Amino acid sequence: MGNILALCEFNGPTLRSSALANLAFARAAATAHGGEVIALLVGAGAQAASADAAKYAPKVIVVEDAGLAHYLAETYAPIVARLANENGATVVSATATAQGKDLLPRVAALLDAGMASDIASMTAKDTFVRPILSGNALSTVQISTPIVCVTVRQTEFEPATELGSAGAVTTAAAGAIDALGATFDRLDAQKSDRPDLGDAKVVVSGGRGMKTGENFKVLEELADLLGAAMGASRAATDAGMVPADWQVGQTGKIVAPNLYFAVAISGAIQHLAGMKGSKTIVAINKNKDEPIFQVADYGLVAEWEKAIPELISEIKKLKASR
Amino acid sequence: MKILVPVKRVPDPTQKAKIKDGHIDLTGASWIVNTFDEYAVETALRLLENGADGTRAAGEIIVVSIGPEDAAKEIRTTLAMGADRAIHVVTKDSEIDALVVVKVLQSIIAAEKPDLVVMGKQAVDGDANQVGQMLAGKLGWAQATFAATLELAGDKKSLLVGREVDGGVEYKRVPVPSVITVDLRIVGSKSVKNGITPESHNYSGEGARLPSLKGIMAAKKKPMVTGKLGDYGAEAAPVIKELSVTLPPPRAAGQIVADVPTLVKKLADEAKAL
Repeated sequence: MGNILALCEFNGPTLRSSALANLAFARAAATAHGGEVIALLVGAGAQAASADAAKYAPKVIVVEDAGLAHYLAETYAPIVARLANENGATVVSATATAQGKDLLPRVAALLDAGMASDIASMTAKDTFVRPILSGNALSTVQISTPIVCVTVRQTEFEPATELGSAGAVTTAAAGAIDALGATFDRLDAQKSDRPDLGDAKVVVSGGRGMKTGENFKVLEELADLLGAAMGASRAATDAGMVPADWQVGQTGKIVAPNLYFAVAISGAIQHLAGMKGSKTIVAINKNKDEPIFQVADYGLVAEWEKAIPELISEIKKLKASR
Repeated sequence: MKILVPVKRVPDPTQKAKIKDGHIDLTGASWIVNTFDEYAVETALRLLENGADGTRAAGEIIVVSIGPEDAAKEIRTTLAMGADRAIHVVTKDSEIDALVVVKVLQSIIAAEKPDLVVMGKQAVDGDANQVGQMLAGKLGWAQATFAATLELAGDKKSLLVGREVDGGVEYKRVPVPSVITVDLRIVGSKSVKNGITPESHNYSGEGARLPSLKGIMAAKKKPMVTGKLGDYGAEAAPVIKELSVTLPPPRAAGQIVADVPTLVKKLADEAKAL
């Protein structure tokens, strides 16, 4: 018997879509552990998002405090650890987002819990499958601590669906807040009307072969036509052509959209690790020997300068014909 | 400033993964310093040196590695890059997990009292990304993970860390001492500012520095202390057990299409993706 404390990130009045992957895992874990799912919302605006969380979890705990205006691992971790103990949790989970990856190991340390990072599935209540070696192998690990911490790879879990009735929302005190000298300075946000790279249905990525940031405009046109998120290879982000948070790959975002366009990307292992879970992969590259063609479902050997404008016009034609 | 840099040796990630008896077969594997840890050594050097003339006024970089006897070779590589001395806790990889490693590091930190721990955000074999955060939690120190930029304050009492997060770059200030884990962009040409290296100086931006011949010679004489887990109050009691490793199924072979209209037609009719 044990409950699953699922830390959920939110954005305004709703949960972030990444949180639904965690809740889907939490539901499966609750069955395996004979307990229930407790969604935990911490920080400024948690109360406002609690009604949305209650659609997915039978219990919701909200922690909001003036001292938690910005996320800091130092202030959040003790709260999560304390609530795990107070609520009989045997699993504490989060999605493997930037925040989840920063926070959960710290929570694990406070709980002396073994942790499985970035899991792809759960095969028994204490046993998890997770990618290792940049996704080139899958490791099955068993964890023997009374409490286990887990981060969940978003692309490996179907988002949780709404429950028949709303869960019960309670609040918990933050307790003493000590940031240990750390302060949030600022967030330089990348504003975009496009969907989040992590959960877009279509992703258009460009690589080194795009040559300049200016040249990405034509890819952005394609992306906007398809309602896609923009991505890039490490070569393109490192060269400063596009923002760093566009990077798809082992050291960037892991994506698994329905449709992935890799344009002028050679296909380094590092990049492939971030996108090879995509349902359909299209590679457009002028060099037929690039490794990207080995993972592509459809390869087009062509220069992007010619192919992309033509692709845009063909897709427009297709849309018009429907 | 005294900087502790935990490093791990890992199998060269460019080798193809092979399975033997349900686990990764490392027979004949070649080994490297974990890439992110190499970046951490580079970061520590940039925090202490004048990048323009290569001089270092004060401070010490201590490398710690917990791993098999053979790892001494990779530890020497970090000394050749410019770290000052090393501590090698000899153990089998199968005897440790993140919590054991953290326990050893805690004990070393209690003895060495560094001003900063700088380490890679994750090891490129296990890809767990846990030790830095766990260590900070256990020590009760602040943490700045996935650092892409670092700026040491004039009084050397804090650092402003640029962290790549979902949707932008977060700037977080952490005091000394704290734990910093570095991401790949920390090796950019102007990513580390220490108030000593002139603003005009550009590092190569191509990654961590390669050891020079002089550095390699000097590394042979640099001190390396070796010990066992027990010397640091830890024991071989991992709580995580690897049951098996498998290779993911390969993707089915794709097709080369002749032109853009064919591609669009196939995406619409065959893949039903448009």
